[in-house]
Amino acid sequence: MGFNIREYYTDLSKGDVLLAYKGSITSELINEVLEAVEEKLDEGKEEGKTRKKLYNVLVESLQNLYHHIEETHDGIDEDLDPKFGILVIEREEAGEYKVITGNFISSSKINYLKEKINKINSLSKDELKDMYKFILNHQKISTKGGGGLGLIDIARKTGKKLVYNFYPYNEKYSFFDLTIQV
Amino acid sequence: MESLIIEGTPKTPNVNFDLGKGILEIKGRSIPENSIEFYKPLVDWLEEYGQNPKSKTQVNVHLEYFNTSSSKCILDVFKKLEAIHKNKYEVQISWYYEEDDEDMLEAGEDYESIIRVPFKMIEIVD
Repeated sequence: MGFNIREYYTDLSKGDVLLAYKGSITSELINEVLEAVEEKLDEGKEEGKTRKKLYNVLVESLQNLYHHIEETHDGIDEDLDPKFGILVIEREEAGEYKVITGNFISSSKINYLKEKINKINSLSKDELKDMYKFILNHQKISTKGGGGLGLIDIARKTGKKLVYNFYPYNEKYSFFDLTIQV
Repeated sequence: MESLIIEGTPKTPNVNFDLGKGILEIKGRSIPENSIEFYKPLVDWLEEYGQNPKSKTQVNVHLEYFNTSSSKCILDVFKKLEAIHKNKYEVQISWYYEEDDEDMLEAGEDYESIIRVPFKMIEIVD
């Protein structure tokens, strides 16, 4: 097997970690993470703007995981929780943060997601705004509850490119990670 | 028909739609996973209110955070208000944002450019 989730997670958690989690992504977990991060940012007296952006990015990225994570994983390590995902928040120099999320994805969905992210990365600030407004005004919320706006919103708020990787896992699944600079 | 009052939670805002005064307020955070469920009663209330609105409806939106799935529901709320405004009733939306919160100001401006109702952007300075 090419990709080892445990080694991957251990490597990720080596920096100045504000929070690291691996396991089921549930509504309760999202509440707990948001609460914990807010407390930590309060202690650290982080600048209001950064704090808000980080909080927004966390909400969107966790809810993206929550809405899109796949329930069953054929041939995926049985020890992993259902709806398995990871979240790592690292503190970087100069009041910046790195948010990394990861989850398994059917390999058949990779192209769609790649194209979506590449498209977002290719757009200017104004183009992102137009795309956001267009989707807001013309598309219904999907049955999964996502608005299709999460990644665009993250790109708009951070002003940074989305960095991603797909790691082949087995015949059916890959592991997808997304790194967001805040 | 009665006023609509919903107490806020860490993930959903306070709602106070005062039927007698025609003052509709949404305040707090709006980051639920299922925003349709939360906003449906608001949209339904506005649908009914629109049948017989006050001559002036003042809407105060003061959100600290909202997620993208709420953003569509908030648009649905505003579309109901737009319909009332189109029927020649006065409607005013005041969009409050905290000092230096450019993202929230921009979010308000996004709505302002989509919805044909007079908006007022109000910065709250500590």
